Amino acid sequence: MIEARITEKRRNLRDAYSSALISLGEKNENVVVLDADLALSTKTKRFGTVFPERFFDMGIAEATMMDVAAGLATCGKIVFASTFAVFATGRSYDSIRQSIAYPELNVKIVATHSGISVGGDGASHQMLEDMALMRALPNMRVIAPADATEMEDVVFKIAEADGPFYVRIGREDAPIIFESHGHFEIGKGYEIRKGKDVAIIATGTMTAEALRAYDILEKRGIEAMLIHMPSIKPIDEKLIRKAAKETGAIITCEEHTIIGGLGDAVAMAMHDEPVPLYRIGVNDVFGESGGARELMEKYGLTAENIAEKAEKMVNRKK
Amino acid sequence: MSSIMPSLINSPTYFIIKMHEKAVIKELKRKALQIRKWVIESVYQAGSGHPGGSLSIADMMACLYFHEMRHNPKNPAWEDRDRLVLSKGHAAPALYAALALAGYFDVEELKNLRKIGHFLQGHPCMKKVPGVDMSTGSLGHGLGAGVGMALAAKLDKRDYRVFVILGDGEIQEGSIWEAANAASHYKLDNLIAILDRNKLQIDGPTEEIMHLEPIAWRWQAFGWEVVEIDGHDIEEILHTFHEIRHNEKPTLIIANTVKGKGVSFMEGTLSFHGKPPSEEQYVRAMSELEQAEGELND
Ligand SMILES: Cc1ncc(C[n+]2csc(CCOP(=O)(O)OP(=O)(O)O)c2C)c(N)n1
Ligand SMILES: [Mg+2]
Repeated sequence: MIEARITEKRRNLRDAYSSALISLGEKNENVVVLDADLALSTKTKRFGTVFPERFFDMGIAEATMMDVAAGLATCGKIVFASTFAVFATGRSYDSIRQSIAYPELNVKIVATHSGISVGGDGASHQMLEDMALMRALPNMRVIAPADATEMEDVVFKIAEADGPFYVRIGREDAPIIFESHGHFEIGKGYEIRKGKDVAIIATGTMTAEALRAYDILEKRGIEAMLIHMPSIKPIDEKLIRKAAKETGAIITCEEHTIIGGLGDAVAMAMHDEPVPLYRIGVNDVFGESGGARELMEKYGLTAENIAEKAEKMVNRKK
Repeated sequence: MSSIMPSLINSPTYFIIKMHEKAVIKELKRKALQIRKWVIESVYQAGSGHPGGSLSIADMMACLYFHEMRHNPKNPAWEDRDRLVLSKGHAAPALYAALALAGYFDVEELKNLRKIGHFLQGHPCMKKVPGVDMSTGSLGHGLGAGVGMALAAKLDKRDYRVFVILGDGEIQEGSIWEAANAASHYKLDNLIAILDRNKLQIDGPTEEIMHLEPIAWRWQAFGWEVVEIDGHDIEEILHTFHEIRHNEKPTLIIANTVKGKGVSFMEGTLSFHGKPPSEEQYVRAMSELEQAEGELND
């Protein structure tokens, strides 16, 4: 089992992203980075400062940025293209579909500011469907890391693997959960707490909430199995089936609409031997302006809500 | 404003018109300052938001909502009203200030900008905010929506006009050019786009990030009538609106502006694109704007 706990330390995943990009850039001169007038927010600007000749700000033109990324990739470049999740996927969907996923080109879309915790900007900027959109594309792999340590590993791993990836991270600083590097593998999930009563499967920002939920449940005498699932596609089917078999009840947690994301991926994985599944996510509504934490609470994306739903599921089993 | 016959120039009538003009301009300057103050107030209270691009359109908003546009705050859904699409939706604080000043909703609401459970969303939401004609926030969509509204006017034989406010960085989006082409194709003389040419986007000056010039020439090539003005000169704005009334093509007004206009330490800076003032900066900004108001009264 890999070591995972909520530590006192916090680090922004965007900082981890830019550090990893710079060290990739040092090692491989084929690494090229694109952004669309959000380089200060996504922090790709740091790469641009170190490697100005390999950094291209495409201006406010996200769809074209994806086509340009594809073109660069056909010429042997390893391309990282970044902007906010809402513009990286929604606005650019057809460019990604036609120019990146279909020809299976070596473009890594790393999107920041995903989810409702974007806060004050409101629904127009709170991307809650990006995993659904990207999961639906053949050849596209989808990753949602939980902390800065894992984020660095993700960036290195996807740079080594040929072909398209979509990586989603949030805006807020996040607690460090993994103190040591090295566990991340594409397609693998991680059992970070053992338990037999119910399995909680979480991804991205929700893994920290799930860890807190575990503690709440422990106090109530419930032993939850906890799975961190950074790789949404391909997903760790074996681990999901094991969790279903050993616990008989699954809860999925994602800062995303309940349609088309982690919950659906988990349901698909246990299609022939299903167990009750409850999805925690945003319930098919647009978000709204508010504080990040306030919104997470209002939309039920908290440890407390996970614990409450988990307890209900355990009681129903009896 | 209105063009005057030469024979009138020394007459008492002309004198009266001039006096009236002066009063109108002074009143609009006052409105613009009020909008600026409320932009600062609401963004400060929210603790986030976009002051720079809101301040650069304050004079234009004052002229539109308090002079040029036909609208009725008591009936926001009036079918014959002129429409306004704030395509650069992040300048919502300026739009909300203008709408509150016009009476669409209680001024006190401005203090609840971006707060959970309140209706003033970080970016304009037509379902929640009375007076907002189109939901925006993702750049590049507003001109297309404006084309739709202008087409509907033609279909329904209504004489309302559609104003679309564009950011200069925003016109890097390809969709803007698709919409610009459609507007001239369908001869939408009832469509007026206003380009807030403040020369900055987020990552830097527009010409460094992704060049736009020659802007006028490009839009003319797309079949638009183009005028270029000082976007902070109320008199010139009013004069321009008057001049373009009978254009037979869609019109682009290139309004040369200063990002952060009216607050000295925000003017021409990148840093206040999407950052609220600190407490100390808030106090300074308000006192500068109040001083400007005082000078207007002298
Ligand atoms: C499609 C899209 N891409 C990116 C953004 C993020 N964004 C918000 S404002 C802005 C810069 C806009 O620059 P400009 O149009 O010049 O506006 P202004 O200077 O008037 O604030 C960007 C990139 C967005 N809102 N929409
Ligand atoms: Mg600008």
